[in-house]
Amino acid sequence: MLEVRNLHASVGGTEILKGLNLTMKPGEVHAIMGPNGAGKSTLAYVLAGRDGYDVTEGSISFCGQDLCKLNVDERAAAGVFLAFQYPLEIPGVPTMTFLRTAVNAQRKARGEKEMDAPSFLRLIREKSKMFKVEDKMLKRPLNVGFSGGEKKRMEVLQMAALEPKLAILDETDSGLDIDSLRIVAEGVNALRSPDHSALVITHYQRLLDYIVPDVVHVLADGRIVKSGDKTLALELEEHGYEAIATDAA
Amino acid sequence: MSQVDEKVEDLQDNAGDKYKYGFVTDIETEKAPKGLSRETVRFISAKKNEPEWMLEWRLEAFERWLQMEEPTWPKVTYPEIDFQDAYYYAAPKSNDDRPKSLDEVDPELLRTYEKLGIPLIEQQMLAGVAVDAVFDSVSVVTTFKERLAEDGVIFCPISEALQSHPELVRKYLGTVVPQSDNFYAALNSAVFSDGSCVYIPKGVRCPMELSTYFRINEAETGQFERTLIIAEEGAYCSYLEGCTAPQRDENQLHAAVVELVILKDAEIKYSTVQNWYPGNADGEGGIYNFVTKRADCRGDNAKVSWTQVETGSAVTWKYPSCILRGDNSVGEFYSIAITNNHQQADTGTKMIHLGKNTSSRIISKGISAGKSQSTYRGLVSAHKRAANARNYTQCDSLLIGDTCGAHTVPYIEVNNPSVMIEHEATTSKISEEQLFYTRQRGIDEEAAVALIVNGFCREVMQQLPMEFAVEAQKLVAISLEGSVG
Repeated sequence: MLEVRNLHASVGGTEILKGLNLTMKPGEVHAIMGPNGAGKSTLAYVLAGRDGYDVTEGSISFCGQDLCKLNVDERAAAGVFLAFQYPLEIPGVPTMTFLRTAVNAQRKARGEKEMDAPSFLRLIREKSKMFKVEDKMLKRPLNVGFSGGEKKRMEVLQMAALEPKLAILDETDSGLDIDSLRIVAEGVNALRSPDHSALVITHYQRLLDYIVPDVVHVLADGRIVKSGDKTLALELEEHGYEAIATDAA
Repeated sequence: MSQVDEKVEDLQDNAGDKYKYGFVTDIETEKAPKGLSRETVRFISAKKNEPEWMLEWRLEAFERWLQMEEPTWPKVTYPEIDFQDAYYYAAPKSNDDRPKSLDEVDPELLRTYEKLGIPLIEQQMLAGVAVDAVFDSVSVVTTFKERLAEDGVIFCPISEALQSHPELVRKYLGTVVPQSDNFYAALNSAVFSDGSCVYIPKGVRCPMELSTYFRINEAETGQFERTLIIAEEGAYCSYLEGCTAPQRDENQLHAAVVELVILKDAEIKYSTVQNWYPGNADGEGGIYNFVTKRADCRGDNAKVSWTQVETGSAVTWKYPSCILRGDNSVGEFYSIAITNNHQQADTGTKMIHLGKNTSSRIISKGISAGKSQSTYRGLVSAHKRAANARNYTQCDSLLIGDTCGAHTVPYIEVNNPSVMIEHEATTSKISEEQLFYTRQRGIDEEAAVALIVNGFCREVMQQLPMEFAVEAQKLVAISLEGSVG
C-alpha cells in the first residue's frame, strides 16, 4: 500500500530525511518513534506534500500511484490524511461547514456524488458521539478557542469522517490527558480494517498501549534504523533511543 | 486594450462611419453634445422633460462644480480624467446597437455568469443583449408594483418620480447630500441620469425587499445614478442595490449619489453588492467608482444600516455615512471590500453623532490580493450635545500574498466628555500553515482561500439578506481567483 524507497528530503536546503525506507501493507498500523529532530514530523509533511518539503531523491508509491506527482489536496483525495500535531484555527468557518466542504471536495475529486446536508448531518452526529464532540462545538469556528484535547479530538473526528486509506497521526498524543488519549485511540482502532492503515508518529510508548501497532520503527537522523514488533516500543522505553540507535549503527 | 475600451471605440467608430454616409441624425440627436457645459445640463433636463426648478437646481450644481477641485486625498492613483472628453447623456441604446446574442459577448464574462448560476435570460440582460420586450420578469415587475401600491409605497425611477411626485422629490432632493457636498456629488447633481426613488409612508413596513434587480430592464442608469429613499415616521424598508454578476458598462466614470432620509422611529437597511468591471489582470480598463452615500437620521430612534460587498471597479472611492441627528438614533456600517490584481479601494464610513444617546457600529473587512491597495478611511465624530454617544469600530484587514497593501486611517473627533469610542484594528495574512491544513483535508487551493476569506467576512455576510449572502459568498470565491499559487 505504501512503499517509501531511499527517500531523501530537505527543508530550506538542509537534508532531513537521508535515505528512508518504509513498507506498509494494507490494514497495518505502524508506529514511528524516535528522538527530537530525527525527522518524524518531516516524514509526515513529506508524505502529505507540504510546500517547502522537497523530495530530492527516492520515491513514494501509494496504492500504485506515484505520490510525489500529486499536490496536497490530490493526495488527500487519494486517501492520505494527516492529523496535525498543532491543528490550525480557521476563524469564522463553522466546524460543520469545514467538514462538509472537505468531505464533498474529496468525493468530487474522486468522481463520487456529493453528500446532501441531511445525510451529512447524520454521518457527523454519529461520529461525534464516538469522540465526545458536542453539537455546539460543531457550530463554533473550527478549532477557535478549543482546548488542546478538543483540537485533537476534532482531528480524529475529521479523520473518521474522511475515512482515509492512510491516516498519519503526528504526535496526536502530545498534551493529551488519559481520557482524550483513550478516545483518540478508540477512533483509530475503529477505523482499522484491511482498507485503512495508520502511521502513528509518537514520542512515547504510552499511546501504543491503546493502539497496538503491527510494526514499530525507530527513526534516527533521517533514517529508519531499526524495526520490530510491538515489543520494540517497550525496549525503547526501557533503554532510551540512544542505545538502540547506537546499537543499530 | 480592455473589452470596455474596445467597445467604446467600436461605437465611436460606428457613429463616425454613419456620419460619413449621412444617416447619422437619429443617433446624434439622442446624445448630448460632448463635454460638460450649461448646454449639456439643459439638454439633459429637457430630454427628461423636467420641471423648471429641477433645471435650476442642476445648473446651480454645475456652477458649483466648476469652482471645485477633484479630491486628491484618497489613496488611489489614476490617470487624469478629462471631463470635457466624455458624453453625459445618451438615450437608451436601440436594439441595433446591442450584441445580437450571447455569442457576441466576452466568453470570460459568460464563464463567470455560469459560475454564479445566473439564468440565461438574466445573462442576456446583464450583458446588454437585445432581448424581446416580452419576457417573464415584466409580469413579475408588474405584480410587484401592484403589491407595493396597496401599501402606498412608491418605488420608481427618479425620472418618473419627477413627473408623478415632483413635490416629494423637491422636498428631499439634496437635503442629505447638498449639490456642493463634494466634487463628484456636484457633478452628479448637474448631470444625474436616473436612479431610484422610494417613499415609505408613515407606519408602513415595506412588505418586500426592494431590489434594483426589478429595475434591470428599465433604462440604463449606471453612470450618474441618483437614489433617494424616504422612510416616514415608523416606516421600515430594506433596499438591495446592484447584483453579484459582473456588470458591463461602457462608461468608465461612475459618480453616484444616494440619499436616505429616516424620520422618527423609522429604519432603512441598505445593502449593496458592487461588481462593476474591475479591469483586466494588468490593470487596464475598469470602472472608476466615486460614490457619495449618506443617511440622515432626522428623528429620534431612527436607524440606518449600510451593508456593502465591494468587489468590482478599478478605483473605488466611497464612504456611506450616517448623520445621527435624532436622539437615540443608530447607525451601522458593515463592509467587505475585496481588491485583487491592480484594483484600488479607498472606502469607509462617517458616523456623525449629533443627538443624545446615539450609537454606531462599524465592522469593516478589507481583503487585498495581487497588486491591489485597500484603504479603510473612517470618521467618528461626536458633537457637543451628543451626550452618551457610543461607537464601536472593528477594522480587519486580510492580506493575500506580499505585493498588496492594506491601510487603516481612522479619524476620531469628540467634543463631549461622556462619549465612548472603541476602535479595534487587526491585519493578518492567510498563513501558509492554514492553507496547508485546509488543503490537506482535500480542499483545493482556490476553494481553501475562498473558505478562509468567507470565514473572515462572516460577521458582515450575516447582515445580508439570505439569498444575497449565498451569492455574495460565491462572488468572494470568484473575485479571488488566481490570487494564490
